[in-house]
Amino acid sequence: MSGHPSTYEPKYAATKWLDHRLPIIRMGADFMTFPSPRNLNYWYTFGGILTLCLVSQIITGIILAMHYVPHVDLAFESVQRIRRDVPFGWLLQPMHAVGASMFFFAVYVHMFRGLYYGSYKAPREVLWIIGCLIYLVMMATGFLGYTLPWGQMSFWGATVITGFFGAVPVVGESLQQWLLGGYAVDNATLNRFFALHYLLPFVIAALVGVHVWALHHVGQNNPIGITPKTKKDTLSFHPYYTVKDAFAVVVFLLIFAFFLFYQPDALGHADNYIEADALKTPPHIVPEWYFLPFYAILRAVPDKLAGILLMFGAIAVLFVLPWLDTSKVRSMRFRPVAKWFFWIFLFFCFILGWCGAETPDNIAIPFGTDAEGHARGLNFTWLSRIGTAYYFAYFILILPILGLVEKPKDRPESITHAVLGDNSHSVAAPAE
Amino acid sequence: MAIKMKTAILAGGATLVAAISGIAYAAGGGGTGDYKMVHKHWHFNGAFGTYDKAAAQRGYQVYREVCASCHQLKHLSFRHLGDKGAPFYNKKYKNPNDNPLVKNFAADWSVEDIDGDTGDVIERTAVPADKFPPIYPNEAAARASNGGGLPPDLSVIVAARNGGADYLYNLMLAYDTPKPDDVELTPGLYYNPVMDGHKISMAPPLSDELVEYADGSIATVEQMAADVTEFLAWSSDPKMEQRKSTGFMTMLYLLILSILLWFSYKRVWRNVEH
Repeated sequence: MSGHPSTYEPKYAATKWLDHRLPIIRMGADFMTFPSPRNLNYWYTFGGILTLCLVSQIITGIILAMHYVPHVDLAFESVQRIRRDVPFGWLLQPMHAVGASMFFFAVYVHMFRGLYYGSYKAPREVLWIIGCLIYLVMMATGFLGYTLPWGQMSFWGATVITGFFGAVPVVGESLQQWLLGGYAVDNATLNRFFALHYLLPFVIAALVGVHVWALHHVGQNNPIGITPKTKKDTLSFHPYYTVKDAFAVVVFLLIFAFFLFYQPDALGHADNYIEADALKTPPHIVPEWYFLPFYAILRAVPDKLAGILLMFGAIAVLFVLPWLDTSKVRSMRFRPVAKWFFWIFLFFCFILGWCGAETPDNIAIPFGTDAEGHARGLNFTWLSRIGTAYYFAYFILILPILGLVEKPKDRPESITHAVLGDNSHSVAAPAE
Repeated sequence: MAIKMKTAILAGGATLVAAISGIAYAAGGGGTGDYKMVHKHWHFNGAFGTYDKAAAQRGYQVYREVCASCHQLKHLSFRHLGDKGAPFYNKKYKNPNDNPLVKNFAADWSVEDIDGDTGDVIERTAVPADKFPPIYPNEAAARASNGGGLPPDLSVIVAARNGGADYLYNLMLAYDTPKPDDVELTPGLYYNPVMDGHKISMAPPLSDELVEYADGSIATVEQMAADVTEFLAWSSDPKMEQRKSTGFMTMLYLLILSILLWFSYKRVWRNVEH
């Protein structure tokens, strides 16, 4: 499974016996001694944090599923029963709901880290693509799960999102009915959403296994993006990174605990405490915060189908990113121009999130008032168009072109050189 | 350039935080007209806030004598009133079904049941294990009795409104605001600037001295509104006190653990340049 020679020696007859038949202890031992670049910073602790998030969501989710009732007449009440009567339900239910937000927060940090340090470049293209797949399945799981409490936002969010499938040419209407199990979001929809919401986390778990496998085959990237060359460039995963990850995990748990215990509803919508009502549309339907940028992209164009294509395109473009970025330099630390475009990209992701939360016709940036006293300025539709344009330009124009024209900074010869501040060789080398 | 960029990123972050913590509130409400929202300092605010039990007990009286003529508490059972952290908790009665106050409250209501011998539908006196019964037999009946409006269930009403407890409290106080001339009201609607769209089907529910408090508190509209809000805030989030105290211990534990892990990290890495 790993790309380094195994140092495990079975000591006992029993472990020798097992090692011949199923080298599972060896696998664990090799995992713990995996040579990791010595310069990994805290941004690299989010892989471990995400594993914890997944485990936490699965455990709390399985317990919640024991008490939850996937029926349109009982779902909302069963969630209330969990919060009021089920032992520790008051803790587990918000832990699952807040946990979803924390999971997405961590995955975004993890992905932006990958973008910044060029973790998608050769030989990590497959590792990156599996990561994109995990993110895609996570989005599906998050969306399905948000439907289950059967509040107003659950119902109307599901109605709006599944409604977009109706815009697919020719088969749209049949596709939508097939997804919903009927003409509208109803009991059949809730049942299948529950079944799929229970299934997908295990798909994620399997993909995470493959993700880690790929990671151990090619080795971790690192903040300078220079491949480890000698043993001096790496450290054993345990104890160096187990202890660093453990510290980071506990700091992450502190943030998690703050939201869980003191602001459990801050990341959700008040409307979802109102039981779903098919006859009453809430004035303002918005998805959960972690979908807002994509929701803004979806609404940026007036055409429904084009909106869907853009939204899915925004995720699809991530899959081909390894071949769009033409630069051979992995880390943005050595890309003086690309670095700025990266920060602007991050900025526009926040802007898109803001647009997704707002009513499109409202004014985002006022420029004063017109003759009749109405506020004038850039509305959210146009702001989200600018954001969408930049989002795609970053991947399709900026990264491909920059790789060809940008002059990267001198890179250190090795991780050890970079760590010890001994850059004399690379400084002396002719600038390229 | 660098500073500008950082400011921009910070601003972006701030807008995201604003967006996720309910910007919909500002977008959907359309303001409260001439009415100025009162932001009360609730006893349950803050990391160590608890419910004001006396206020919540008075609040139950207001609910029972005023609100309950139209609004149900369908997710609550009578026994919940005597749970730990609830308004009528008494540590002598670990099982709230034994709490005499709770028994009395339940006995004040009757619920529908089936006679086990005859199979007839009967009305019997409620017991603590019963849920709060419906006020109307069905939605149509509820609407018919309320000029077409449907009185919402109040079990989670504080959580279900942007602005939470402040919203509910102000909703009950805002009826006195003079109606602007350009607002047209059809019969059965009342002007209330706190309500979405400024029109509400509920008649002004409170008036001074509407209830007679057992503890001698003066039943002003403000007092009753605050008390019933305290009660309904508990009803929306009945495990809040447990959650906050567990949270405090959990975070303290995590904080100590993080300090220990920090020193472990420093020790493990002490001879490693990185």
